[in-house]
Amino acid sequence: MSVFPDTWWGVVLSYLAVFAGGGLLCASAQMFIIKTKLTPARILVIFLLFGVFLQTIGVFDFLKSIFGSGITVPIVGFGAGLAEGAIKGAQTYGILGAFAGGLIQTAFGVGAAVVASYIVTLLFNSKSK
Amino acid sequence: MTEQQTKEINARNERYNKYVESVTPKTGTFVSLLKAFVIGGITCVIAELIGDGLSTLLPSLSDELVSSYTSMIIVSVAIFFTGFGFYDVIARHGGAGSFLPITGFANAMSSAALEYKSEGLILGTSVKMFTVVGPVVVNGIVWSTFAGIVRYLVMLIFGV
Repeated sequence: MSVFPDTWWGVVLSYLAVFAGGGLLCASAQMFIIKTKLTPARILVIFLLFGVFLQTIGVFDFLKSIFGSGITVPIVGFGAGLAEGAIKGAQTYGILGAFAGGLIQTAFGVGAAVVASYIVTLLFNSKSK
Repeated sequence: MTEQQTKEINARNERYNKYVESVTPKTGTFVSLLKAFVIGGITCVIAELIGDGLSTLLPSLSDELVSSYTSMIIVSVAIFFTGFGFYDVIARHGGAGSFLPITGFANAMSSAALEYKSEGLILGTSVKMFTVVGPVVVNGIVWSTFAGIVRYLVMLIFGV
């Protein structure tokens, strides 16, 4: 699935690409914070929609083969995953599949996040100041 | 209001803005970009290591399941870090490097859940869990559904 060869230097290069991709995305989001008055929530939505867009026009898989987790772990990857699921859903079940596909595709992560948040809430108390 | 008063107010506002500018830290820009880059990059590298580890340990796992399990792992770890208060330390330095990865999404969710624990598990935690990440979830669902429909129509018309 990766564009890098299966040699030791290919693995090193692939990890460098992961680091660079993730780093660049985060640094550009930081640039938004510094240069604009946008709140983090808005910036998250912008990057999320960027991911939806990349998946819709069909270039996300190519970027993923280069940057791996460097593009799937930032919120861009969440948007792309939602869109990937919705597109697959529509192609499998017909147009109504678009409503379910995104949730199905991302359900592992979101489900884990809700359950883990609930458990942590039961176990810990807020440390906030 | 007389012209004199307006002038005074404007002058005072200007002084105030200058004061705000003088006390706002300036050294930040480059350092904060670098920190966001490094912390975001490291988060992604850790996720890649977990994914590679999973597919080495369980070779029969499909690529899709590997990435689903990987996100479950990093999300859960980030949420437990939030519970222990470690994530705040990362977030203080990381800026966008700590909120843009999916771990930041998990952190925002769990810290809202924890913060409102005092208002009860139903009306506090359960209601407020999505206060921060709600915009991401709602916009994600709406626009990805739209994307699915568009690609479906494109498939019907152009066959791709």
